[in-house]
Amino acid sequence: MIGFQTLFYKELLRFYKVAFQTVMAPVVTALLYLLVFASTFHGHAEIVPGVPYVAFLVPGLMMMSMIQNAFANSSSSLTQSKIAGNLLFILLSPLSPLEFFLAFVGAAVIRALAVAIGIYVAARLFIDIPIRHPVFLMAFGLFGSGALGALGVIAGVWAERFDQLAGFQNFVVMPLSFLSGVFYSLRALPPFWREVSHANPLLYMIDGFRYGFFGTSDVAPLVSLSIVVGFFAAVSLVALALVGRGYRLRN
Amino acid sequence: MTTPFPPPAISIQGIDKHFGRVHALRGIDLEVRAGEFFGLLGPNGAGKSTLISVLAGLARADSGHAAICGHDVVSAYRQARRALGVVPQEIVFDPFFTVREVLAIQAGYFGLKGAENKAWREELLTTLMLADKGDANMRALSGGMKRRVLIAQALVHKPQVVILDEPTAGVDVELRASLWTFVRRLHAEGHTIVLTTHYLEEAEALCDRIAIMMDGQIAALDSKDALLRRAMHRTLSVTTAEPIVDIPAALVSKVRTHTENRLEFSLQRGTDSIPEILEALRAAGYVVTDIATEQANLEEVFLELTHKAK
Repeated sequence: MIGFQTLFYKELLRFYKVAFQTVMAPVVTALLYLLVFASTFHGHAEIVPGVPYVAFLVPGLMMMSMIQNAFANSSSSLTQSKIAGNLLFILLSPLSPLEFFLAFVGAAVIRALAVAIGIYVAARLFIDIPIRHPVFLMAFGLFGSGALGALGVIAGVWAERFDQLAGFQNFVVMPLSFLSGVFYSLRALPPFWREVSHANPLLYMIDGFRYGFFGTSDVAPLVSLSIVVGFFAAVSLVALALVGRGYRLRN
Repeated sequence: MTTPFPPPAISIQGIDKHFGRVHALRGIDLEVRAGEFFGLLGPNGAGKSTLISVLAGLARADSGHAAICGHDVVSAYRQARRALGVVPQEIVFDPFFTVREVLAIQAGYFGLKGAENKAWREELLTTLMLADKGDANMRALSGGMKRRVLIAQALVHKPQVVILDEPTAGVDVELRASLWTFVRRLHAEGHTIVLTTHYLEEAEALCDRIAIMMDGQIAALDSKDALLRRAMHRTLSVTTAEPIVDIPAALVSKVRTHTENRLEFSLQRGTDSIPEILEALRAAGYVVTDIATEQANLEEVFLELTHKAK
């Protein structure tokens, strides 16, 4: 247990020591989105009845930032350690693959939560955002960022160069997170794109997370939660299998 | 049933490893006894680092078994890794942390924290002359200091077996001397030491037993003294009272150098006899005033073995 705690603590310390870049910067980016969209779409028709568009944006921006930062934390930490060679110190230790996986994913979730809380606190200064279902909110937050933390472990294990990791981030995570209903409701899409969007697991994270705030969603929240938990379980199993085999780690 | 003897520090049976088409390890069998100071030598690419990686769990063997203090490195990896400390060849470090943080984190990975381990970590810092750098970031250290931190990291969990993979490559003379004093102390305290080095005089000075690896195989495995006895040649230097003008015909083929009244012979072990050489010189009218013999060193044995293999 001490071994897991130490690696978890070390991973927390790693992003805490550069918190300006790892927590503050994404909060500022989200607030800039909010500012630009709020002023551009001032007076835009309400997507959720009774919720101003700018308030509608906040949960989506929070979840999108959680998705991107959870992924970035585990993947960049792993790839960086692999390329610098200091992953050796973890590989020489008696830590089990499960402890290894949980520490990286745990730290990714904590960074994601820190970013989300930062955005919420900053947004609350000038927008009223209710929280109708805190349990759903926590569940979607934890499983969503956990899934992306686990996906980050897969990408970090797989990538042998920084450009490979950047490719994964720019061509997989970014498009999926942008096209997941952060800025719009599914109902606003043409039928074809609505169907395509349903194949994106990140859509259910954002829709469910938004349900936690406003109590309305495009997809039934329990259906979304099942999909998000299923996605988390699937990527976790793949990540654990790779770490357990030592794929591109112990060779 | 319990055995009165401790298990071997390292036991390797039939280890085979490929990297793509390269056959890096070819059925290695090797046993290092508890408490030994063991040398693992070989030219670049012989497979030394790959073998160490298999022992440390950094690479998986295609077949065969390896164990540290009786613990299989795959099926009982936790116990095996607790018994093993590895000082890697490359200088690697985590740029986010200070020296003390690095050591505390490494100890934590092994499930160690608390006052006793903290005292040991501080002792390591003092012994390795890093005490005043404890709170410095790893990035701020010189190459030599980083290497000492690597040694401290390998020892933070007090492993029974310590593997040093070319720890003195690119290290200055002073640090090398202090490093060997420290490693000798570890050995005296009961640690099993396995050393790979390119500096053969280091292996000759330190190791009890030596394996020489060639092309993924163990080409020689013996005590240091037995290995030295394998050398085919030794040197005899003879000084005479008068300058030597005519070298006796029977001796010409054995002469390596000739300077005025001094001859240096290269003698074939087992066939050349020193009394016969001296007798031949006396018969030619020379008065021998001084003789000196020089045994082969490990470097000569090493070169003979590696050349023979080629």
